[in-house]
Amino acid sequence: MKNKTFQSLTNPLAKNNPILVQILGICSALAVTTQLKPAFVMGLSVTAVCAFSNLVLSLLRNGIPDRIRIIVQLVVIAALVTIVNDILKAYVYDVSKQLSVYVGLIITNCIIMGRVEAFALSNKPLPSLLDGIGNGLGYGGVLVLIAFFRELLGSGSLFGYRIIPECLYEAGYVNNGLMLFPPSALIIVGVIIWVHRTANKDLQEK
Amino acid sequence: MKQNNTPLPKRLLDKFAPTFSEGGKLSWLHSFYEAMETFFYVPTDVTKKGSHVRDCNDMKRTMFMVIIALVPTILFGMWNIGFQRIGGADYTIWQNFWYGFWQMLPSILVTYVVGLSIECAFAQIRKEEVNEGFFVSGMLIPLIIPIGTPLWMTALATAFAVVIGKEIFGGTGMNIFNPALLARLFIFFSYTSSISGETVWFSDARSCATPLGDLANVGTTNVSMLDAFIGTIPGSVGETSTLCILLGAIVLLATGTASWRTMISVFVGGLVMGGIFNLLAPAEPQTATELYMSLPAWQHLLLGGFAFGAVFMATDPVTSAQTNTGKYIVGFMIGALAILVRVFNTGYPEGMMLAIIFMNAWAPVVDHYVVQANINRRNRRAKKSINA
Repeated sequence: MKNKTFQSLTNPLAKNNPILVQILGICSALAVTTQLKPAFVMGLSVTAVCAFSNLVLSLLRNGIPDRIRIIVQLVVIAALVTIVNDILKAYVYDVSKQLSVYVGLIITNCIIMGRVEAFALSNKPLPSLLDGIGNGLGYGGVLVLIAFFRELLGSGSLFGYRIIPECLYEAGYVNNGLMLFPPSALIIVGVIIWVHRTANKDLQEK
Repeated sequence: MKQNNTPLPKRLLDKFAPTFSEGGKLSWLHSFYEAMETFFYVPTDVTKKGSHVRDCNDMKRTMFMVIIALVPTILFGMWNIGFQRIGGADYTIWQNFWYGFWQMLPSILVTYVVGLSIECAFAQIRKEEVNEGFFVSGMLIPLIIPIGTPLWMTALATAFAVVIGKEIFGGTGMNIFNPALLARLFIFFSYTSSISGETVWFSDARSCATPLGDLANVGTTNVSMLDAFIGTIPGSVGETSTLCILLGAIVLLATGTASWRTMISVFVGGLVMGGIFNLLAPAEPQTATELYMSLPAWQHLLLGGFAFGAVFMATDPVTSAQTNTGKYIVGFMIGALAILVRVFNTGYPEGMMLAIIFMNAWAPVVDHYVVQANINRRNRRAKKSINA
């Protein structure tokens, strides 16, 4: 039992990763990954929302009438997103401005509602909380990975600090402009999925 | 003494066969060995099961025909590199040619080495044969990028085209997009300033805008249409000479390698779209786009990569439509879209590349509906004959 609880945290990190395996949350993965910082903040925000919405709805799960559960879920998720949005505005205003509508759009992120529906409504609070954290981190991890490549190759920096030395630019190196366009995120996600599936044989369809 | 009449390549291949076969020291390079063997000789392998109709016109010969068709363009392009440099007109034909040859050689080598090694690696991992698909792409890539493109960009673009454009779809024959154009697309979006704008340097020590770049920014260009037809204008190596491209087109059509339906309909599409713009153009054009609209339709076909794209890119048997009606539709749309992009989006002076890539994506859809229409038509006919 203990082991199973723990698995709900670790499974979404790799074997059942929301982006790489379930192909959810792709839209925000394209939008916020030009730089590491917003991607990092976005990952944390989704983790927070996902964890607490799972926890709250798991606690309420026996009291919610089945026919109006979607509305209840939306109310809880919307409240959490509003809180996260305000916290970001208060403490990291510049990142919040960069993320613009995408924080608000966490409400529509398929991962969160998906986890509530698929997991929290039929599981106890503790595994639900861990599942939320796991999925949020699994999502955020991939986001950070994409942003790492996009910022390094597209702007030559990481977290805003110049990484690629000046002498390389003088030798003729040029930043890759394609990495600043959203399609590059799709290509990178595709390549990560490719590597992921090559490494995990059991994910491959026959 | 008995003389050994076996030619050298064959002797070498036989000598090293055990080294590369299973269990040999270099068996991890087996794909490379096999590629060399099939490159020099027709393999002795025969089909073991069932009967197959085989034509001698296999992929190797098809690819070779395209290379032959490219020869006039390549030779002229090399000369033009020399001719376009500062004071190039003062040198002899041969001096200009050799100058261009040495400028061109590194990028040809780089594309082939990068592309073929990736193909070999994939073939080795997947236990497939290396096939000839890259020979044409590897030749096309240096022809459609400016000569001054840094070699590392060429290498990166080639790697992108081969891996993302071809291998992940399953290799030659399975790709959705034309690999050579994907390489250009990669450079175009990644390193925009090195491929378009006013500082494209297509030849050592001289940089200026191509005629299309001028058209996009100022609306007029100062090259004569005769120059544009013969090809003595600045531009990517292969695209400038419409005359040499037409020679290539004759080779491709005479040998049945490329489809005349696609080729003709691309030109028709370009003419129709250019004609529409001519009619719409205001009497006294003011902005660059308006000036561009009044450019006579036939001149569009001579400038930029239009002719090259129509003859060598749009006709790619893998990425173009497969049905005859589909070929007309896709070809026409390529021509029309290319002119549309050229005139209205001054940021993308070369619309041909985008038009072909875009229609590559649509070709399967067009084919699907053409086939479906045929099925419906025959169904109706069958029903009619039953009723009658």
